[in-house]
Amino acid sequence: MNQQEQLDTLNDIRNIMNRSSKFISLSGLSGIFAGITALVGAYFAHQAIEKYLAGSYGYGIDADFNIELTLLKIGVTVLLIALLGGIFFTYRQSKKKNLPIWDSTTKKLLINLAIPLASGGFFILALLLNHSHAVALIAPSTLVFYGLALINASKYTYSDIRFLGICEIILGVIAMFNIGLGLYFWALGFGILHILYGTIMYFKYEKN
Amino acid sequence: MKNPIQALNKIFDSRIRLGVMSVLVVNDSVSFNDLKQLLELTDGNLASHLNTLEQAAYIKMHKAFVGRKTNTTYTITELGKQSFKGHLDALEKMIKGI
Repeated sequence: MNQQEQLDTLNDIRNIMNRSSKFISLSGLSGIFAGITALVGAYFAHQAIEKYLAGSYGYGIDADFNIELTLLKIGVTVLLIALLGGIFFTYRQSKKKNLPIWDSTTKKLLINLAIPLASGGFFILALLLNHSHAVALIAPSTLVFYGLALINASKYTYSDIRFLGICEIILGVIAMFNIGLGLYFWALGFGILHILYGTIMYFKYEKN
Repeated sequence: MKNPIQALNKIFDSRIRLGVMSVLVVNDSVSFNDLKQLLELTDGNLASHLNTLEQAAYIKMHKAFVGRKTNTTYTITELGKQSFKGHLDALEKMIKGI
């Protein structure tokens, strides 16, 4: 046995360990795509809020209800488009790497992502139902719980995700104490950070 | 100086057995089918290597039923972990020594 052979063996071992325990088909492009979608969504939300504050809704329309409905529609649309894009780019990446898209690592990643996200969802729902003035806390809460979800899921994919999670939580905490700037922090966290991170991941793991 | 080749474990001579141990050392429990898919092996080939590892008490087999189908999973034993680590240390020493 020569040295090269030993090195190959060690490389094989590391490869198998990674492939069997981590979901490595995550594509940086899906991050960039989600970031752009979030920025576009934030722009529309900003327009809607401006319109609401200017009081340009006509008679017979409940302005408070209307703005909430508009924001909800924008939020759901952004989520769906970002998810579809994420699935598309991840599917492409797994084909390129010749790895199965649905195996035990996918399941582990999704479950660990979903636990903090679902808790956050219920928390925000309760906040809205019980405290009508807590609307401004929605954006900071989504950032914090999303950050927690990323940190929790980082054990099952590229560990870089952990640092992204920490950044999201820091942004969320700052936003909590700067009520009124929520949308800007939201655009920063979900838009700019995703684009930045997606680009870094793309050049680190895919561009070669 | 002791010859480092002696520290290499005979059982891990096979790349397939080394692969099985690599998967099991980072996962709590892995099913037969997942192992087959990960290592790209046939049933018979994988089964015989798993048998060798089980006889050495490096891994443990667990049989369970999912509906009517049997679901066989494998976990690594403490002895298996130590032996695998020892083997990797020996490999590392050889590479550094040359």
